[in-house]
This record gives sequence, structure tokens and C-alpha cells, in this order.
Amino acid sequence: MSTRLATGGRLLDRSRRIPFSFNGKRFSGHPGDTLASALLANGQMLMGRSFKYHRPRGPVASGAEEPNALVNLGEGARHEPNQRATTTELFEGLAATSQNHWPSLEFDVGAINTALARFLPAGFYYKTFIHPRPFWKHVYEPFIRQSAGLGKAPAEADPDEYEHFYAFVDVLVVGGGVAGLAAAKAAALSGAKVMLIEQTAHWGGRAPVDGGEIDGVPAAEWVARTVSELETMENVTLRTRTMGAGIYDHGYVLAYERVADHKLGGEAPRHRLWRIRTAQTVTATGAIERPLSFAGNDVPGVMLASAVRDYVVNWAVSPGDRTVVVTNNDDAYRTALALKEAGLVVAAVIDARAEGGGRLMDAARDAGIRVETGRGIAKVKGGKRVEGVLTCPQAGEGTATEEIKCDAVAMSGGWSPVVHLWSHCGGKLLWDTAEAAFRPDPDRAPTGADGKPMVVTAGAASGAMGLGDVLADAHAAGLAAAGAAGRAPADAEAPAGEARDEAPLAPVWMMPQGAGPALRAKAWLDYQNDVKVSDVQLAAREGFESVEHAKRYTTLGMATDQGKLSNINGLAVLAGELGADIPAVGTTTFRPPYTPISMGAIAGPARGATFQPIRRTAMHDWHEAHGADWEPVGQWRRPYTYRRDGESREAAVNREVKNTRDALGMLDASTLGKILVKGPDAPRFMDMLYTNMMSTLKPGRCRYGLMCSENGFLMDDGVVARLDHDTFLCHTTTGGADHVHAHMEEWLQTEWWDWKVWTLNVTEQWAQIAVVGPNARKVLEKLGGMDVSKEALSFMGWAEGTLGGFPVRVFRISFSGELSYEIAVPASHGRALWEAIHEAGQEFGVMPYGTECLHVLRAEKGFIMIGDETDGTVIPQDLGLDWAISKKKDDYIGKRAQMRSHMADPERWKLVGLETVDGSVLPEAAYATAPGTNGNGQRNTQGRVTSTYHSANLGRGIAMGLVHRGPERMGEVLEFPKVDGTVVKAKIVEPVFYDKEGTKQDV
Amino acid sequence: MSEPAGPLAGESYEGYVTVRALPPQGMISVRADLSAEGEGAAMALLDALGAEMPDRRGIAEGRDGAVLAWMSPDEAMVLCSFDGARQLAAGLDEALSDQHVLVADVSDARAVIELEGGAVREVIAKLAPVDMDAFAPGEIRRTRLAQVPAAFWMPEEGRLRLVCFRSVARYVFDLLATAARPGREVAKG
Repeated sequence: MSTRLATGGRLLDRSRRIPFSFNGKRFSGHPGDTLASALLANGQMLMGRSFKYHRPRGPVASGAEEPNALVNLGEGARHEPNQRATTTELFEGLAATSQNHWPSLEFDVGAINTALARFLPAGFYYKTFIHPRPFWKHVYEPFIRQSAGLGKAPAEADPDEYEHFYAFVDVLVVGGGVAGLAAAKAAALSGAKVMLIEQTAHWGGRAPVDGGEIDGVPAAEWVARTVSELETMENVTLRTRTMGAGIYDHGYVLAYERVADHKLGGEAPRHRLWRIRTAQTVTATGAIERPLSFAGNDVPGVMLASAVRDYVVNWAVSPGDRTVVVTNNDDAYRTALALKEAGLVVAAVIDARAEGGGRLMDAARDAGIRVETGRGIAKVKGGKRVEGVLTCPQAGEGTATEEIKCDAVAMSGGWSPVVHLWSHCGGKLLWDTAEAAFRPDPDRAPTGADGKPMVVTAGAASGAMGLGDVLADAHAAGLAAAGAAGRAPADAEAPAGEARDEAPLAPVWMMPQGAGPALRAKAWLDYQNDVKVSDVQLAAREGFESVEHAKRYTTLGMATDQGKLSNINGLAVLAGELGADIPAVGTTTFRPPYTPISMGAIAGPARGATFQPIRRTAMHDWHEAHGADWEPVGQWRRPYTYRRDGESREAAVNREVKNTRDALGMLDASTLGKILVKGPDAPRFMDMLYTNMMSTLKPGRCRYGLMCSENGFLMDDGVVARLDHDTFLCHTTTGGADHVHAHMEEWLQTEWWDWKVWTLNVTEQWAQIAVVGPNARKVLEKLGGMDVSKEALSFMGWAEGTLGGFPVRVFRISFSGELSYEIAVPASHGRALWEAIHEAGQEFGVMPYGTECLHVLRAEKGFIMIGDETDGTVIPQDLGLDWAISKKKDDYIGKRAQMRSHMADPERWKLVGLETVDGSVLPEAAYATAPGTNGNGQRNTQGRVTSTYHSANLGRGIAMGLVHRGPERMGEVLEFPKVDGTVVKAKIVEPVFYDKEGTKQDV
Repeated sequence: MSEPAGPLAGESYEGYVTVRALPPQGMISVRADLSAEGEGAAMALLDALGAEMPDRRGIAEGRDGAVLAWMSPDEAMVLCSFDGARQLAAGLDEALSDQHVLVADVSDARAVIELEGGAVREVIAKLAPVDMDAFAPGEIRRTRLAQVPAAFWMPEEGRLRLVCFRSVARYVFDLLATAARPGREVAKG
């Protein structure tokens, strides 16, 4: 049974106890514990169930590579699945539950799958659920979705907050072990601006556990000294609990800081995403120990040898009373010695190497530990807990010759450098035969924009093993990074450590070497996804030669741990089965993030009130106070309508529509884009931008214009006012302002760079109010200050002056067919002028109106709307706007495209009005059907609705649509099927439904 | 005529830096060839404001509180009193009438927010992709703040002024106030 040792625990604060719960049971631990160490200290080895077979599982590792000990953390809104117990710092009130079982962790019905394992081989899903075809959608998929996935998604909104931080450094060092510290110090001494990040809460990495001396002092002491030295340096930033998540092009690195995971509910953001630009990155990411593949290597109590030693030294946890160590290298002897030193029993060290190990093996023997060489584990006995191991010759087929009673197994298959970050941006790997691992190839580093290396590895991440080599390599890496970042490398000595004195490792990809099918089917490669040696071998036999294909077929390495433990073992098995060399098989692709990061951290400040910018006009608060029913238009909010007490949306719109035609309406038109175009070449630039002739527009006059893309499609429309000979003011649609401005600048900067034209987007400078209706002139005259008579300011004219004391520009333009003025005022006076007009208009029956009323009024007049009548495939000619296309001009943007045969084709769908026979409102975007079906068996169509409304003025539905040869087919009746199966009939008519002569606007 | 109303009406927030909306500020956009070899727009600005056209990403003070900021190789921004902006813009337009320039009073287009405190750089670094360690008085930076465009400069150490379009002033104020909330200090670890 696992338990807390009476003394020790380098990271623990034994003076305090922290209560927490697991599956509702109350436990306690100490500050410094992880959830995994605290559970082990309380005798709780069983922490979860595996994904496919629901096998009972305990922790196999002690850090970020843990595949098994995944828990649901937190409750309610703070519930989060798949949290690794090994990296979860214990905090007061922590509540965790185990995952993937029913009804309980101890007794799980799903474990029946393990008995069915021979029916659930690699590729099981693909093989089983293909036939019969319709079953996939209706039977198999719902079932698989139900049983797939680890943990449960939270059901409530996340109550925590997150933020980003932009940092800029010369050298970023990822990993705060002794290599990272040495590299950071070397770079910092060279004068580089350095940031050093460490994913755990502690500096020093493995060295304080593994022992050894640096510069003549114990490693832990050197770590403490170096950290305090770095802390005093102005040019160094140190962050713990910060994981290097990904390296991207141009020296962009994401780091994930878990600011408050261990003290939830405070003022601090929970996570902070560091968005770092760095000249050079040093990856001092260490190495991960590999499991050994023997039968029953997933039984709770089987752990990595390094993890066993971590639990003993860091957290004073004994994983078991009697431990068997099984290894193919010398390092695992350190675990045997650490256990012995802690007063625990090491039943035996099973060394697969015939010759055994070196100095460390001798030390173990001297300590009285039994060492067996040339042997392996045939099988682990036990279900929910290790009960013993059967040992056998490694060279054989697994005939057990001895049973050793034990309750823990510490395994070591060698060490693999953590090459993830190196690989994210294209760094290549070498196969290191001596260590049986892939390590970074320094000659094929990820390169930056200048083609030079931008990442350098340090220490064990380089493949250096042994303190002396690690420190020398890291020191050199720090100097090299500083040098590559443009600093003069410091003249400093590398910290000195002992040279490695170990016997060579023997690659062991299967234990025993000749294990038969029964053993292979119980030898786990990927713990989280339940992939075994037999699965990978089957995939190879079925022809999956590519490692990427085999991965997806077997799901090896596809779980939340992304194969940190299983990768090398899996591909070694694949290579063995294919009879290929391991480097020839290669690795799967390493992708960011290194370990999962929270969605909240990615969103950062984009949540709640700051989820998205909402653009507000100067009159926004007035609208809000007057019943505005908002509608998003781009990032703006515009009133759709203003509802009065108890009034429905439809009734409000109808009221506004009638009142504007009969009396007086006012509309907040501030959101329309306003762009100044000025210069001696402005007239010819305007002629190119618009399809119309703009250069002939007189100062003081306005003209409606169309703007097309170079492919001829209608892009934007609006009224242009000529301010003076050289200056035009272009009004754009609400959503088009930024795009149109960018369009102008693109043409000016790339094609017509020698034209003398300046543009300026002044959209936000002006508030704009449309005063519309038969009484429009009366209210302006009442405000007074300028002559707005028909004579002084005729239709399509504009004038500058004052109204009610406000400095204004008044444009006599109309998008409603009514007498209408659009009044622009500096935005700081927008609300005051709005209120002044509203007050003065009371005696004339003024009512504010929203966007829906605007739409109905324009549709009654047959005016098109960008985005309704256009969708990026419509040209002005389709909309009957030929009158706005100048025939006199040599060119305009889009002209050439509109001459293409397809564009000039008379068969195109063209704009018409649509009048339902029964007066009802046509459904939006409904299609007019035509006889017959197309090649796909779909009903043929001959037109579609682009705008459709109820017209309160006409008392019926009105619509516009694009219809095949529409204008030639006046009076024809089309059929529009509705989603309820019924059909609406509508007659093709002129698109202008109201005041066809246009007399109302010109008074 | 009414008093000019900015979008944030003097709001402020006391966080680990203070975030404060300033009253409307006069602003004039000038688009012209601003190079020393240009037609002389830089000279006209110097005459009118008493400030030399700053280099790339620079901002300079002139007479009577006027400030001249580099916006792009062919755009400058003049900061002046709100009430004097219209007249100053007309004067500049007049002085440059023989040249190819665009001068526009844009005093109503933006909101000005001031940050004050020892950690103003840190608060900005949470929202803008700018190396704030290297940012110093005398510089102006046009950038983005989370999802919207913004520009800022530091009149002096411990004080930072930021402009954004008026329609998003509320969003920007909320962003800054959240980033400046006590307990969110990043501090050198």
C-alpha cells in the first residue's frame, strides 16, 4: 500500500495540512503536494479507468507526461475534465472525481470491455461499424459519441477570468531545470534580455532528486543559489508554473501560466497566456523516461522508475512496501537506492541486460539489493493493485521461472529527450543508437525569417546525459543563443558537474524479447488510449506502414497526453514488425500545445463585456433609454425598431413605417461610412472607383454611386458629395466603411501610386441624422439657422451652415422616397442635436425609426440594399442599375469584368418586384421553382427572393428578387415553396411599389 | 450650442493603475508628404505649432500645449485644444493651400483615456502587441488593443495617454479597467 513516509519530502511543508476530497471521500495533504502525491500518501493508488477497456489505473508518472491519473477537477461551473493529478497542485478545498467509470471507480461495468478485448482490436471502429451503411448515422455514431471521450464537459459558464501578456525578449529559455538555469545565466551574463519559464512550481527539475554536485555543492544548493542570482539581474524574468506551449514562425512562442489554479477564487486571473516574441529560444525541456512493454505494465502500482523516486524524495510518498525495479539501463538503480535510503524494501532489480550495469549496479549490490541480470518481467500479477511479478529470461518467450511478491514495480526503458518544442517549427531529429532515442539534430534546426536557426536545445533535451555534459551543453546553448540574438557571448565558465559513469543501455522494445500473443495483448504502449503491442503489430500486418497512418488506425498517441510515453515504444514496435530501422519509420508530427491549455487562456480578455467590441453611436444611450430593440450591424448596434410599452416588434415597425410616410421620422445614420478623398487627381480617381461619372459632379451636389470589385461584382454603394473641386466625401454602407477605405488605399498604393490623392476615413467624426417625411422641412425651419427650402437646397444638393446653433452639413438625399435631409454634426454634439430635433419635431409628429423601417421604406421604393440584393455574385446590370454605369468613361474598376460573356449573358437572373397573389409575405431567400430536376435530382429553380417585407403603407407583402430574365416576364406568376410544404404564388412586377414618379422626395 | 460630449463622460477607475477618461481633445489629421525633401508641409506644421515633424513613431510637443505626432510616412496628427481645433485646421489648410495635402478636424472621432501609475506599461502589455519595456516618452505607437485599433504615448514616466475611436471607447475603457484590477499585477516573478 502506498503511504506517507515519516520523514523527508523536499517539497512539502509538513507544518500545515490541506483538506481535499476525491470521489467525495475526505483526505488531507500538505502544501507542496500534487493531487497525485497526496492521494498516494492516503493510500489511494487507483485514480481512474482507461478509455477503451476501463482498466483500473494508477499514476505511472509524476509530471506532465502522465497518461493515467486524469480526474474531473472542481464542481459546478468550475468543473474541468481530464486534469492530470500529477500536475495539479493541492489547494484547500480541492474536489476531484475520477472519470470514465460507472457506477464507481472500484466497480465499473465498462470493465467488461477488457474481457472482450480480443473483439476490440486495432481499427475496431472502422471494421465493425461500416455495414450496414445507414446504421452508422442512426445506431453506431450516437452510441460511439455517448461512450467516447474521457471526462465530462462542464455545463455552466466558466466563472474565472483570463488574460494575455505580450513579452519581447532576446532569449527565451523553456525549462527551469539545471540546464535551463545554466543556459539562462549564460545568456543573461552576455547581456541578453532573458525570460526563463518552468512548467512546475519549482526550479531545478530532476537534479535535486537525482543527486550529484554542481560546482562542488549539492545540486539543490546550486539551484537555489543560481535562482537568487538570476532574480537580482535586471535583464532576467523568471516565471514558474509557466509552460512553453508552442513555438511558431518568426520567433513567436506561446507560454501558458497557471497563475491561480492553486488558489482559485481570488482576484488574479486563473491563467495567463504569454505571447512572446523572442530572437532565440533555448529548449531546456529535459527528457521523459520510457516505460517497458511487459504484460500487465498498466496494473496500478507499476510506475516509471523516475516517478517512484520523485514520490519518495519530493513528497515522502512510498508507492509500495516492496518494490521490484525493472530496467534496461543504469539510471533505474538510482530509484532502488533512493527506496533503500528511505527505508523501503527493494525486492529485486531485474536488469534486462545480460551484463547488467556499472557503478550504480555495484552500489545497489553493496547496499544489499538483489540484482538479477539478463532477466525480465513475464507478467505482473494483480488487478487493481500489483501483487507480484513473474520473472523470466529476457531472451526467452516468457516462461516464468520465479515469482517475486511485491506491491510496486519501478520500470525504466531509458530516456527520450523532450523534442516537442524543437519540432513544432520544423526542427529535425537524429536517431541516437546509444540512447535508443530521437534527439534534435543541431544541423537541422528550425529556422527564422533569415534562414538561421532560431531554436537551440540545452541539456537532456539535446540528448546530453549526466550532469557534467548537461551543464556544459546548456551553458554553450545559452551563450550561442545570446550570440545569435546579437549579444557578445560572455566570457564565463560552464558550471562543473560530474561526468556520466554508466554502463550502456540495451534497447528493449518488448519484454521478454520473444513474448507470445497472450503477453503482447497485455503489454500496454499507450495507456490513455489502451493501445497494446499486439494492436500496433496487427496494424503493421494489415499494411499500415506509415507511422502517421498506424497512429490514426490504432489511436496510438492520440489521447490528451499526445503519446508522451508511448511514442517511441510504439514506433519501435511498428519498426520491428515491419522489419525496418526505427529512424526509417520516423516519428509522428509534434504539434502545439505541449500539454493542453485552457480555452479561457486562448480567449483572454475576449469574454463578458469585452467579448467583442460593440460600436456605439453618439446617440446610443438615447436609443437604449427609448426602447431600442437592438440589431447588430457589423460591430455596431443599431435600433431595429423602438418598441413602446406592450408593443410587438411588428407593430412597432408598422407604426414607424406609416408615421415616416405620413408625418416625420428620424433615423440615426451615424454608422454610415464617411471617407474623404482629396487631391488634384481625386476626380479621375473617383471615376475609377465608381461606375458612375463622378468627375462631372458640381461642388454643392450629391450623386448616388456604385462601387464594384475588379471582378465586376457590386461591392458597395452610397451617396458622394463634392465638397470642393478637389474634395469628395464618399458615404459607404455601415459595414463597408473600413473595407472601402482599404480598397481605395490598395489601389492608390499599389496601382496608382503616382496619383495625387489622399484619403481619410472620417466615419467616427460625424454623427448623422436622417430627418424624413412630409414634415422634415418644417422641423428644420423651426430649428433655424440656414435656408433649407427647395430653392436653396434642392434634391441631391448639400449645404453647410448651422441648425439650432449646431454646426452642420445638410445633405438633401433620400433613401425612403420622402422629403429627406441627412444632417451631419460633429459627433460630440450628435446626441444634443438629436434631442433638439426630437423636441422640435413633437408638434410635427416626430418618431424615431429603426433599421427595419428603413428597409421597408427603401423596399417600397425599389432601392437595393448591399447584402440583400447583392451577395458577391451580383453585378449592377443584374439589378437594373445600368443608369448608374457611365458609358462615356474609358474605364472603371470592374468594367472589363462586366464585359465577359458570362456577365453580359441575357440569361442572368435580374431584379424584379414580387407581389404575392394572396398578399402574404414571401419567406426570406425562398426560391422560385422551375419545371424538371437538375443532374443531382434537385428541383430546378428560376429565381430567388432577396428582400421581403410587410408594407404597412400598402397593406400587403412586398418583395424583390432575382429572376431568370425577370424584367422580360412582367405579370408572370412564379411559385415559391415554403418549408412547411405549401407554395406561395407571386407575380413579377416592377420593383418600385410606392410613388413610382418620385414626386414625394422632390418637394 | 451644447457642450461637446465625449463618449465616456469623465469616467475613471482606480486599479493598480488609474484609468481615466479625459475631456474631448482637439485633433487634426494631416495627410501630406511630410519628409524633409517634401513640398514643405513639415515646415508649415513647424510654423503653426512650433514643433518639428517627429521621426517614425515619434511625438513632439510644440507651443501652447500643441503636440505633433507621426502617424505614418504620409500622415501626421496634431493635438490641440478642442475649441481651437477648427480654426487651427482652417489655418493649416490655408497655409498649405498651394500643396497637395488633406487637413481635417477630427476632434470628435476619438476618445482619450489616460493611465497613471507605476505599472502603466504592464497594463498596456496585456492588451497590445508592443514591447512596452522599450517604450519611452517621445514615442507614439499605433497598434491594436485586444480587438480594436488604438494609439498611445507617454507624456512622462508613469503617465500614458491612449486614443481610440469613440464608438469603441466603452470597450476600451472596460478592457483597461479589467487589466488594471488589483490582484492582476504581473510583476517581475
